[in-house]
Amino acid sequence: MATKSSGPPGVALRWAGVVAAPAALALGFLWAGGGFSPHRVTQDRLMSEMHASGSYGHGFRRRHAKGVCVGGWFDASGTAAHLSDAAVFRERHVPVVGRFALAVGQPDVADNPATVRSMALRFMPPDAPEWRTGMNDPPVLALRDARDASDQFLTQRIDPSTGKPDPASMNGFLTNHPWLQKAADEIAHRFVSSGFADDTYHSLDSFLLVASDGAKTPVRWAMVPAQSVAPADERTGDPNYLFRNLVAEIHEHPLQWHLMMTLAGAHDAVDDPSQIWADDDRQIDAGTLTLATVESEDGGPCTGISFDPLALPPGIVPSADPILQVRSAAYMRSFFLRSGETRGPSAVSPVMTATPGQVEGKRS
Amino acid sequence: MNVITQFSLLSRVLHWLMAASILVMLFIGLFMASSVGPHYHRLVTIHRPLGIAILVLALLRLANRLRTPAPLLPAEFPPLLKLAARASHVLLYMLMIALPLVGWGMLSAGGYPIPLWGQSVLLPPILPHDPTMWAWLRSAHTVLAFALFGLVLAHIGAALFHGLIRRDGVLQSMTGGGNTSNATGIGKTS
Ligand code: HEM
Ligand code: HEM
Ligand code: HEM
Repeated sequence: MATKSSGPPGVALRWAGVVAAPAALALGFLWAGGGFSPHRVTQDRLMSEMHASGSYGHGFRRRHAKGVCVGGWFDASGTAAHLSDAAVFRERHVPVVGRFALAVGQPDVADNPATVRSMALRFMPPDAPEWRTGMNDPPVLALRDARDASDQFLTQRIDPSTGKPDPASMNGFLTNHPWLQKAADEIAHRFVSSGFADDTYHSLDSFLLVASDGAKTPVRWAMVPAQSVAPADERTGDPNYLFRNLVAEIHEHPLQWHLMMTLAGAHDAVDDPSQIWADDDRQIDAGTLTLATVESEDGGPCTGISFDPLALPPGIVPSADPILQVRSAAYMRSFFLRSGETRGPSAVSPVMTATPGQVEGKRS
Repeated sequence: MNVITQFSLLSRVLHWLMAASILVMLFIGLFMASSVGPHYHRLVTIHRPLGIAILVLALLRLANRLRTPAPLLPAEFPPLLKLAARASHVLLYMLMIALPLVGWGMLSAGGYPIPLWGQSVLLPPILPHDPTMWAWLRSAHTVLAFALFGLVLAHIGAALFHGLIRRDGVLQSMTGGGNTSNATGIGKTS
C-alpha cells in the first residue's frame, strides 16, 4: 500500500501543491498570450484595426490589396559586393517575381495618382537563399513603431454615419504624434509621378549590409526608374488606368530600375524610419532590375506568397528599426487569414494582362 | 523477479530536457504570435531551431523508449487510470513529433524560406507550395499547441498527485532519487 496521509491539514496543503503548479503555468500562458496586457499591440489587434479602417479581406491582402504580378531578373553591377556577401549583389540574371500594388485595403479601389504605390520583389538566385523586399513610393514613413501604427489605423477607422474616416481625428493624429510631423509634411509635398513605371520605390526601413569580413554598413535602398519620369496628370475615367498603363508599357518593352543603396551618414537615424536622411549621403548603384512579364493576381506567381521584409539572405540583416518586426508579423498574419478565405476575381483580371497577341489569338 | 522502479538515466535526462524546452517553446510561441515586436524576430529565430531540436530529441526518445523497459504503474492502481496514463503518454509522444513537423510543413506550404541556423542553413521544404494548406496547417499548429499545453498541465497535475497525495514512487521513477521509503507501490507487477 502507498503511504497514506497523516491528517486533514496536511492533505489540504498537498492538494494545494498539486493544483498550484498547473494553475501557475496556465496563468503564465495567459500572460504570454497578452491576457493581462490589454494595451499590447498584437497581430490580431492590427488586423482588426485594419478591418475597421476599411480593409476588405475575403482572400485579399489586408493592405496593398489591389495589385498585379510581374516577372523578370536582376543583374548586379558588382559595386555593392564589397559591402554585402549576398549573392544578388554578385550574380547576373537572378530571377525575380514581383508585385505592383496600391497601398490600400480595398481590392476594387479606383486608381488615383495620390494613392501610395508599391513594388514588392522576390529575388531567387538559383544557388543561394532568396531575398524578399517591399517598397513604397513616398520618401519617408510617418510611423516610428508599433504604437504609432496602431494609433494611425485607429484614426483611420471608418465612421459608420459617413462611411469615411473622421477628418478631425486624422488631423488629431499628428497633434498627438508631433514627432511624425516632419515626415508627414515631406510626404504631403512629395513629387508624384505619372504611373507605376516611372515611380521610385523606397525601402523606408533601414537594413545592415554585411561584408565577407563581417563589417556592417547601415543602408536604405530605392528602386529608381530608368524610364523617363513625368509628373502625374489628371486622372482619367478608367478606374484601372494606372494598372492598364503599366501592363501596356511592359508589353511594349521591358521596364528597368536601378537599385540605389544609400549608405547612412554619421548623423542619420538608422532605427527610425520617420527620420529623413541627409541629402549628401553616398549612393551606390547595386544593379539593374528588368521586369519583362506581367500577369493577373488570379493565378499569378505573386499571390500565394507574402513579401516578408525579414526574409533576408546572408549578407543583409535587419536594423533595430521596430517597424520591420511589425511588418514581418503583420504580413504573416495577413497571409494566413487571406490564404484560408475564398477570394473573388481581381480588379486587374487575366484579360487585362493578356498580351495583345494572345487576346487576338483567342478572338479569331 | 527483477523489478524496475526507475526510468533509465537516459530516459530521465531526455524527459527533463524536453520538458523544459517544450514549456519554453509553448511560451515563446504564444508570446510571439500575439506580439509584433520588439522581440518578435528574435523569438521566431529561436522558435524554429528549438522546435526542430525537440523533433530530433522526440524521435531519439521514442526509439529509446521502445528499446528499454520502463517501470510499471503500481499494481493496485485502478485499470482505468492506468489506461488514461498510457494513452496520455502516447498522445504526448505524438504531439511532440507532430507539432514541429506541422510548424516545418506550414512554412513549406506557405512558400517561406525556413532559416534554421543563421541565414545560410535553411531547412528544405517538406511540402509543396500551397497557400490553402499553409492556412490549414497554421491553424493546426495553434490547435495542437494548445492541446499539448492542456495535456502537459494534466500530466504535471497527475505527477504531483502521485508524488504528493499517493506518494507511490511514480514521481521518483522520473525524478530519480532511487528507492526512497515512499517508493513502495511501484514495480509490483502482476
Ligand atoms: C507598420 C506599418 C505597416 C503595416 C502594419 C503593414 C501592413 C501590411 C499588410 C498586412 C500587408 C499585406 C501582406 C500580405 O497579405 O502578404 C502589407 C503589404 C505591403 N506592405 Fe506594408 N505595412 C506597414 C508598413 C509598410 C512599409 C513601411 C512599407 C514599405 C517600405 C510597406 C510595404 C508594403 C508592400 C510593398 C506590400 C505589398 C506586398 C505585396 O505586394 O504582397 N509596408 N502591408
Ligand atoms: C512539457 C512537459 C512534459 C512532457 C512533454 C512530458 C512527457 C512525458 C512522457 C511522454 C512521459 C512518458 C514516459 C515514457 O513512458 O516514456 C512522461 C512520464 C513522466 N513525467 Fe513527464 N512530461 C513533462 C513534464 C513533466 C513534469 C513537469 C513532471 C513533474 C512534475 C513530469 C513527471 C513525469 C513522471 C513522474 C513520469 C512517469 C510517469 C509514469 O511512469 O507513469 N513530467 N512525461
Ligand atoms: C515542439 C515544438 C513546437 C511548439 C511547442 C510550438 C508552439 C507554438 C505556439 C504555441 C505557437 C503560437 C500559436 C498561436 O498562438 O497561434 C506557435 C507559432 C508558430 N510556430 Fe511553433 N511550435 C513548435 C515547433 C515549430 C517549428 C519546428 C516551427 C518551424 C520550423 C514553428 C513555427 C511557428 C511559426 C511560424 C509560428 C507562427 C508565428 C506567428 O504567427 O507570428 N513551430 N508555435
